[in-house]
Amino acid sequence: MKMTRKRFLQLSGLSLIAAAAKNVVGGGAATSAITESTKATRWGMVIDLAKCRQKEGCNGCIKACHSAHNVPQFADRAHEVKWIWKQPFEDVFPFAQTQYSREINAGLPVLLMCNHCDDPPCTDVCPVNATWRTDEGVVTIDFHRCIGCRYCMAACPYGSRSFNWQDPRPAIPTVNPDFPTRTKGVVEKCNFCEERLAKRLAPLCVEACEEKALVFGDLEQPDSEIRKLLRSRFAVQRKPELGTGPSVYYLI
Amino acid sequence: MKDRPFIVGGLVVFLVFVTTPVWRSLRTPKATLVAPEIKLPMQERECVAPVGYMRASHMQLLDEWRESVVRTGQRKYVAYNGKVYNKSLTETCLSACHGSRQEFCDRCHNYSGVSQLNCWNCHSDAPQVARKSP
Amino acid sequence: MSVLEKTLVGSRRYWLWVAALLLLVLAGLLCYLRQLTQGLVITGLSRDVSWGLYVAQFTFFVGIAASAVTVVLPYYLHDCKQFAPLTILGELLAISSVTMSLLFIFVDLGQPSRILNVLLYPQPQSVMFWDMIALGGYLLLNIVIATGALRAGHEHESPPGWIRTLSIISIPWAISIHTVTAFLYSGLPGRTYWLTAILAPRFLASAFSSGPALLILLCVVTRKITSFDVGREAIHKLAVIVTYATAINIFFVLTEVFTAFYSEIPEHETSFQYLFAGMGGDYHLVPWMWLSLLLSFMALILLLVPKWRTDMRLLVMACFCVFVSIWLEKGLGLIVGGFVPSPLGAIARYTPTLLEWGIVCGIWAIGALMITAFYKIAFSIWEQS
Repeated sequence: MKMTRKRFLQLSGLSLIAAAAKNVVGGGAATSAITESTKATRWGMVIDLAKCRQKEGCNGCIKACHSAHNVPQFADRAHEVKWIWKQPFEDVFPFAQTQYSREINAGLPVLLMCNHCDDPPCTDVCPVNATWRTDEGVVTIDFHRCIGCRYCMAACPYGSRSFNWQDPRPAIPTVNPDFPTRTKGVVEKCNFCEERLAKRLAPLCVEACEEKALVFGDLEQPDSEIRKLLRSRFAVQRKPELGTGPSVYYLI
Repeated sequence: MKDRPFIVGGLVVFLVFVTTPVWRSLRTPKATLVAPEIKLPMQERECVAPVGYMRASHMQLLDEWRESVVRTGQRKYVAYNGKVYNKSLTETCLSACHGSRQEFCDRCHNYSGVSQLNCWNCHSDAPQVARKSP
Repeated sequence: MSVLEKTLVGSRRYWLWVAALLLLVLAGLLCYLRQLTQGLVITGLSRDVSWGLYVAQFTFFVGIAASAVTVVLPYYLHDCKQFAPLTILGELLAISSVTMSLLFIFVDLGQPSRILNVLLYPQPQSVMFWDMIALGGYLLLNIVIATGALRAGHEHESPPGWIRTLSIISIPWAISIHTVTAFLYSGLPGRTYWLTAILAPRFLASAFSSGPALLILLCVVTRKITSFDVGREAIHKLAVIVTYATAINIFFVLTEVFTAFYSEIPEHETSFQYLFAGMGGDYHLVPWMWLSLLLSFMALILLLVPKWRTDMRLLVMACFCVFVSIWLEKGLGLIVGGFVPSPLGAIARYTPTLLEWGIVCGIWAIGALMITAFYKIAFSIWEQS
């Protein structure tokens, strides 16, 4: 890659972070770290559905994410806010099965979240650039700028985004003071734990999964665990024909 | 001149409205010119920027921090004295130093009538106790 | 300016009408204050149907605004002299309609205090940016043209030459506002009901049928309550335009139905099935969609037969049917159909709440107030000349 001023500053910044982080991240507990090199350019995830359903009713990843990120829990389904959740196979991949091949996956849950697409339709439509795709492939939201027009929700082909129809704070079971809440009138969704990625930590859902069903890593690194997995097993994306380029893969 | 009652009446209504701050303040207790007492941090003696700058421009600093963390992912701030801080209102400003927003931020804000603040609608003002600063 | 003072003199009936509208505006305002405090939870919107009546009304009234072109184009490009009084009425209708559309967008926002962000951080890759440019420009254009025309009429002068230039510019601009509004929907890969090239032509056809229909109704009403008469010829020529546009709109809808149901591709069929047959136990929109279709066909039959089209009472009925039909199709069916079934196949029932209707009626009342005031000015200027 050509050395431009921007790239030089990025590398200097990263080196500074690495030097400072060494002093900060001392005896970090059972947190999983990302071991690839610091030249990450596209974060991705592979979800092994067979491992995911080993334990029936397991939702450790959902609990970890929603509690750490102060995601409100509304009883009313119409106004629910969710960053990560499960739905039956036939909802997620409606045309993957026919009446003869339906039984094998019928009713079994699939873990869903924002796909952090390579070419997201949601970021194209935002009139104020409150949502965009970062250099590392994370589709992120600036809650300060969002005007709540919900165009991104209309544009998302996967139903990944939620809107705060009302003040979320009363519906947060236990507020985590280390992470902001949001306010009414803005859109939110899975952020690939950007705040943890900045500290070289894997997302909370990946860390919380006891079956190790979620593999997270840099899709641009040919030697990463995620790339090796994608080379060895057939993985599918949601609605690939739309050209969005999801970064979340599923091992059926 | 059959409009005279309307004109005079309208003028009276206008005068009442325009002098509202005056006779409303007759009701409320007298404000003094003594600046409010703010609780200074126990451990730290230096802020992330010189006190004079912070008094005048802490809003601009927080704005810059917000833009750079949210929009470019740059979370480290190298202060004027060379120390490196995390750009975080809750973690750095409150948790590491100023402790309580009621005894620090709100004192001056309430006194000067800064009522449009909405940081706390989202950001936590109850940080964890006893956390080491970066 | 004494032109504005003309809105302050009127009959008892006029003031009752204005008072009723002001009450509706006040009610809408109170409902909106509730929405500002509690959030959009007071509406019937949900995670799956995140756009509803507000955005649908925005779309519908952009169409009405664009329909001014149906009187401007024949008058300026084809020397259709009978449309002379209609052009100003169409432009004033356009101003009210665009204002209503912008208000509908405003009340739909979750963070309306941040609305200036669209000007501070413009995003040319978003169709909404271009919609803002198009609508803003069209509003400005019509304000300038209408003000110029009314001022000239008031001073008993012939309208200045630049009015013709600006009016001709407003012709492609009117086409563009509704095309770009259609592009808001027709470029989204995940919404199969909207992802069709014919959406923009459909929008234009339905606009050119419902807009002139409304204009005819307004002219008939004003002929009854004032001495102002645009003339039978003008109304009948306009009725011909409504006829063609209604026929083309129905044709476009049928072509969509053919593609969906002959190809039998499930994703193309499902939204139509939900709207016209119901799905997942939810049938509440079905009668309204069939009513819309029925009204359109009835209107077309009434309009196609010249003897019926020239009968004023039947024409009024036909125009009313056209307006309601397209309001149902565009002001309700279009938006909900895009969201149901959801990307994960969910059927979410959307019914606007009372507060939501309150805000909508408040904005309608603002539009009606504007039309009332504008037309009153226009008619009193004519009366003087």
